[in-house]
Amino acid sequence: MDNKIDAKAVNIYYGNFRAVKDVTIAIPERKITALIGPSGCGKSTLLRSFNRMNDLIPGSRLEGSVTFGGIDLYSRAIDPVEIRRRIGIVFQKPNPFPRSIYENVAWGARINGFTQKLGHPSLDEWVEVCLRKAALWDEVKDKLRSSGLSLSGGQQQRLCIARAIATRPEIILMDEPASALDPIATLRIEELMRELAEEFTIVVVTHNMQQAARVSDFTAFLNMDHDRSGILVEYGNTAQIFTNPADPRTEGYITGRYG
Amino acid sequence: MDDLKAPVFVSTVHKRKRNEHGWKVFLTLTTSIGIIFLIVLLSNIINQSFGYVSIGYKVSPQELVGTNQPLETLSSPQLAEILRQRVSTGLLKQLEKEKPLAELSEPQLVNLIIEKVAKPEVVQTWTLWQSLIQKQEILQTASQKPDEKLVFYSWFRPRIVSTAQSSNPLTAGVRTALLGSLWIILIAILVSFPLGVGTAIYLEEYASESLLNRIIRTNINNLAGVPSIIYGMLGLAVFVRGLSQITSGAWLGLSGAETANGRTILSAGLTLALLVLPLIIINAREAIKAVPDALRQASYGIGATRWQTIWHHVLPNSIPGILTGSILAVSRALGESAPLVVIGASTYITMDPANIFSRFTALPIQIYQWTARPQPEFRNLAAGAILVLLALLLSINSIAILLRNRYKRY
Repeated sequence: MDNKIDAKAVNIYYGNFRAVKDVTIAIPERKITALIGPSGCGKSTLLRSFNRMNDLIPGSRLEGSVTFGGIDLYSRAIDPVEIRRRIGIVFQKPNPFPRSIYENVAWGARINGFTQKLGHPSLDEWVEVCLRKAALWDEVKDKLRSSGLSLSGGQQQRLCIARAIATRPEIILMDEPASALDPIATLRIEELMRELAEEFTIVVVTHNMQQAARVSDFTAFLNMDHDRSGILVEYGNTAQIFTNPADPRTEGYITGRYG
Repeated sequence: MDDLKAPVFVSTVHKRKRNEHGWKVFLTLTTSIGIIFLIVLLSNIINQSFGYVSIGYKVSPQELVGTNQPLETLSSPQLAEILRQRVSTGLLKQLEKEKPLAELSEPQLVNLIIEKVAKPEVVQTWTLWQSLIQKQEILQTASQKPDEKLVFYSWFRPRIVSTAQSSNPLTAGVRTALLGSLWIILIAILVSFPLGVGTAIYLEEYASESLLNRIIRTNINNLAGVPSIIYGMLGLAVFVRGLSQITSGAWLGLSGAETANGRTILSAGLTLALLVLPLIIINAREAIKAVPDALRQASYGIGATRWQTIWHHVLPNSIPGILTGSILAVSRALGESAPLVVIGASTYITMDPANIFSRFTALPIQIYQWTARPQPEFRNLAAGAILVLLALLLSINSIAILLRNRYKRY
């Protein structure tokens, strides 16, 4: 099995504060990996370090190495702009652009150099493909020109997923993608994640342990250390983590004793 | 702690409601006072702008025509004949030299006769209020003076924007000042808008939180509060004196009578651009700051560069706010007179500005100059000019509102 992302001895700092301490984790290809843990344990920080979204936060820096298909993500030669095209991200709160549904999907493709060639899809076709993959096409095909903000919360989040896959990424990072949605919309997102996992590598941060158990293949449990920085407690097969955790802290968290 | 009893709550709802009611009354009062001042201001201007005017003629139109027929009903040859008879030979020669009388149209001839022969003069003016409540008395007094003509006069009339400055309030207009103001505003916008929005983008999107940038930000905020006359002195020192080679147009080969030693429209426009620059920067920064960060994150998250994010998302979403701020800035610039006085705006000028290197006057200066005159009819004229200024402001604002609505698509 190939590892898509290899993080080795990663420390992430915000100014003097160490948010993530000494995390080593390998994300396997075309699987869903869930990051679980209590609030403030650095799950989102770790996730965002995989496509260098943390660069946008002033004062953040990373020690250790993160490689993506063998490339060092944090080497000087790497442009984060190019990285983010290949490693997409979906945020906690649905944040479609205040533009048309069509434009929400098409814009990312266009700015990343989408060119129409014979035998390849046109932009219109590509938008349809992405919306279909995001299980949204049937609901929006008649109103592609209306605003992305006119959709419901769950639809908006699926639009954000369509937007993320429109740049043909290899990995999709999801930062609590369903936490702002109702249970039915959540279920649809989870079904969608399973479908997408056939084509993409997915890393998902979630507060919802049932969700992690339902959708993920692998689960990493992060916890706060004494100095409030996040550490990786346990990482392994989801079934094993949830039925037979090796670490008592993991067991305590998943059985709901704390966190 | 376990032995503590439950805390006691005494109902204060009544007191709190009373307090709230007091504040509500106070706030309603403040709003009402503001509105009352506005109404007083507007009604004062309108009161001065309309009303009866008694006009006396050097030669009355009836005398010219011989009958009670109005001048306008005569044919052009008849009108030309009246001119030939009444005007001195010197003036007639001059007029014929400009354009032969036979070629002039009837309204042009009528205007010439009124201007050169009849020479109307304001004898007395009444305000709109007086005209309404003392109408009978005014009409009665007028009927006793057959050589004077009583008309209900609107000082805010199309003619006021089409004619230049004159010593006769009936023929004086603000054309020169209006053109001057428009030129100045145009230059001020063209210079300050791109500069201001560019600075705001840099400060909000690119600049780091360094000490230098913080000092710059604080200083821009302070600059917005500097009195406008200081900007006038800055403009005088830098644009009029220091850069006079450029602002007088000497570098383009202009010289002599048509230049104004740097006291030009260009200097005035640049000075007002400096004056409104901090306002535009502050407003644009606020508008850019109000764009939700989630939008930027979304854009970066699909591989957009910083500039693509700014150009496609930050600016379109902040442009309504930026335009609102710019409207305020332009309105301020349009009403400024102190810096223009320092720069050297002309007070009496009848020549339209030909280019940005012309000497100039502006609407607020013209209005001030008229209100300072001893003759009361010039105050009526000034009120008319104020209405022109207000109309100009409103039309500029509505253009900006239209632009703003265009960008508000979703």
